Amino acid sequence: MHLHKYEKIWLIFGIGSLVLFLAVLGVAAFAFGQQPPSHMAKVDAQNLEESVFSEPGLDQINEDTYRARIVAMAFGYDPGTIEVPVGSTVIFEVTSSDVVHSFTIPGTNVNMMITPGHVNMAEYTFDEPGEYLVLCNEYCGTGHHYMQMKIEVTP
Amino acid sequence: MKQSNLALQDYTEIPEVQISPKDGKLAFVHISVAFFAFLLGILGGLLQGLARGGMIQLPSWLGYYQILTAHGVLLALVFTTYIIFGFFFAGMSKTHGAFSDGLRKLAWISFFITTIGTVMAATMILANEASVLYTFYAPLQAHFIYYIGLTLFIVGTWVAGATIMAHYFKWRKLNPGQPSPLFGFMATATIILWIVAGLGVAATVLGQMLPWALGYTDEINVLLSRTLFWYFGHPLVYFWIMPAYMVWYLVIPKVIGGRLFSGSLARLAFVLFLLFSIPVGFHHQLMEAGITEFWKYVQTILTFVVVVPSLLTAFSIFATFEQTGREKGGKGLFSWLKKLPWGDVRFFAPFMGMLIFIPAGAGGLINASFQLNAVIHNTLWVVGHFHLTVGTTVVLTFFGMAFWLIPLVTGRKLTKFMNRSGIVTTWLWTIGMFFMSGAMHILGLFGAPRRTAYTTYQDHPQALSWFEGIFASHVTVALGGVILTAAGLLMFYNFVYLAWFAPKGETEFPITPDPDDTPHTPAILENWKLWIGIAVVLILFAYTIPIYDMIVNAPPGSPTFNNLIR
Ligand code: HEM
Ligand SMILES: [Cu+2]
Ligand SMILES: [Cu+2]
Repeated sequence: MHLHKYEKIWLIFGIGSLVLFLAVLGVAAFAFGQQPPSHMAKVDAQNLEESVFSEPGLDQINEDTYRARIVAMAFGYDPGTIEVPVGSTVIFEVTSSDVVHSFTIPGTNVNMMITPGHVNMAEYTFDEPGEYLVLCNEYCGTGHHYMQMKIEVTP
Repeated sequence: MKQSNLALQDYTEIPEVQISPKDGKLAFVHISVAFFAFLLGILGGLLQGLARGGMIQLPSWLGYYQILTAHGVLLALVFTTYIIFGFFFAGMSKTHGAFSDGLRKLAWISFFITTIGTVMAATMILANEASVLYTFYAPLQAHFIYYIGLTLFIVGTWVAGATIMAHYFKWRKLNPGQPSPLFGFMATATIILWIVAGLGVAATVLGQMLPWALGYTDEINVLLSRTLFWYFGHPLVYFWIMPAYMVWYLVIPKVIGGRLFSGSLARLAFVLFLLFSIPVGFHHQLMEAGITEFWKYVQTILTFVVVVPSLLTAFSIFATFEQTGREKGGKGLFSWLKKLPWGDVRFFAPFMGMLIFIPAGAGGLINASFQLNAVIHNTLWVVGHFHLTVGTTVVLTFFGMAFWLIPLVTGRKLTKFMNRSGIVTTWLWTIGMFFMSGAMHILGLFGAPRRTAYTTYQDHPQALSWFEGIFASHVTVALGGVILTAAGLLMFYNFVYLAWFAPKGETEFPITPDPDDTPHTPAILENWKLWIGIAVVLILFAYTIPIYDMIVNAPPGSPTFNNLIR
């Protein structure tokens, strides 16, 4: 099989950039911890009352860090609103009590799938005050487009 | 790069061998089903665009998600699959000789199985018993007939695939030691991919969903079923794109009056597509819990390997263009471009598809980029992306193909008027897509969700801004959708005209003569056992440990949720 000279250059250049690109992704992921949400914790979606999700809501972990345990369900979230002061870091732990949903804060990097039986996690620091919209971007039934909650970030 | 061995005269004089009329009929019936599905599908698309833009309100008996399910099934599954098999049956008959009566009968059986499956699934969608979208993620549960319909659809295509492979291997047996015709080689690679990939969706539908929907099991392992679905879902895209590449590799060189310049590279590219499009489904599940970062990254690396055959393809195609343009007297750095037949829809429509594949492919690199995926996952960006890839690159390539394939199998001629109509169709489709897909991409970057009916999220300012942008607005999406629908209706008219009203006559099946390097085809490229073996090893490597973990460490399963979809 004969490779033309230009084709060799083209392929070497292409494969070279590919390797570089994958290396950048890999270093960002494994050296700097920029990982996609891949939490491994599990729960019994039909018996959330018996799990850490029995009382969903906000817990303060330290001065400016909070943990929000949230249950996604057709067609809303529990709780429907949370409130934190500006500058807070919130660790979201979210699960579903029925079908697959998402937990998405448009305009941020928080965007994860919520599959029943699994807990997914994301972390975000709210540096701007305002009312943040949370929505579900995984189809979950006829009322999917009503599914939302709010995060009030107070000044 | 000048190739001195181009000899146009050698083959333009050879009288065209037409395909057997019986095989032509088989192809024609497939193409017809494809275009009727296309018509219904795009009307659904129009309604979606207008409804999401808040410009119309759907009647109470017609749900947004019901239409969306129909749109996905009709266009992404039915239209593509039928037109691909129409092309395969015609092309195999042309390049490997007429099908035997036995094989042709098998092909008809496959057509009926597939079509019965389609009708079953469509009926359930119409009855609003299956508004689970074309990806039917558990634990939303559709009527069991929807699952049976989809199973028959897949099984039918396997039978069709077996017919084509049998025809190919018969040729090889009769011509021992010779490199097989490129068309058969590429079709076989595509079909092996389709069968191996289909095993995943068959496993989840037959092994998990049907027993659960029928009440034989109480619970379903949701993550496992999603994983099996995406094991199939990514190669599904390659099942669409590889036949389009076949048009680029095999048909376009002849249409522009040249020949493909390397057959071995084309074969190598197809082998690489076969190997590297299956063990990569996790790139659709990057945002999901229950799969470790490590396995997501492994599959991300494998995903990016497809860059290599894509580069090979881009090189081959443009080298063929340049070589042909220069043979026809084009000089200088770019003036050979002028020698290409821009006024010929058989070239122009696929060419626009190729052009759009450049930004579309760049977008695809972003989608698969691990961390970047969080920004766009399940937003309208993704919808914008696949309306460029499958909805434009593949669709325009098939449009271009329809202008010779339909008259060929109906014994008619492509007229000047039809050619012009095809060029107009191509422009309209491209312009409509620029608006629709362009706006979808930007809305997606702003966070607008996909698969979501009209909503302002209780007038949240962020959601309202998705209606107020000058270009980035749901209104632009709707506008683009209207232009696209006009283009689609025109294409349906072109189909009807070419099928039943164009003047009778002979039409050429444009197919490149064997490239000069054909006698030197390395034998290893034809060693299917080897490639299937490597494909299996890669799949086992990428999936065994994560799937084992999903089964052994599964959380309690999910019951059915069918009340949520009505
Ligand atoms: C007139 C032309 C078309 C229009 C106006 C159109 C419009 C749309 C719109 C607005 C959506 C997304 C809605 C949402 O996510 O809420 C959509 C989804 C989709 N379209 Fe199209 N489309 C057209 C043609 C096509 C073609 C030709 C194909 C494929 C061959 C296609 C494949 C799809 C698929 C697979 C989806 C996703 C369905 C899902 O999310 O389940 N569309 N289309
Ligand atoms: Cu939801
Ligand atoms: Cu993919």
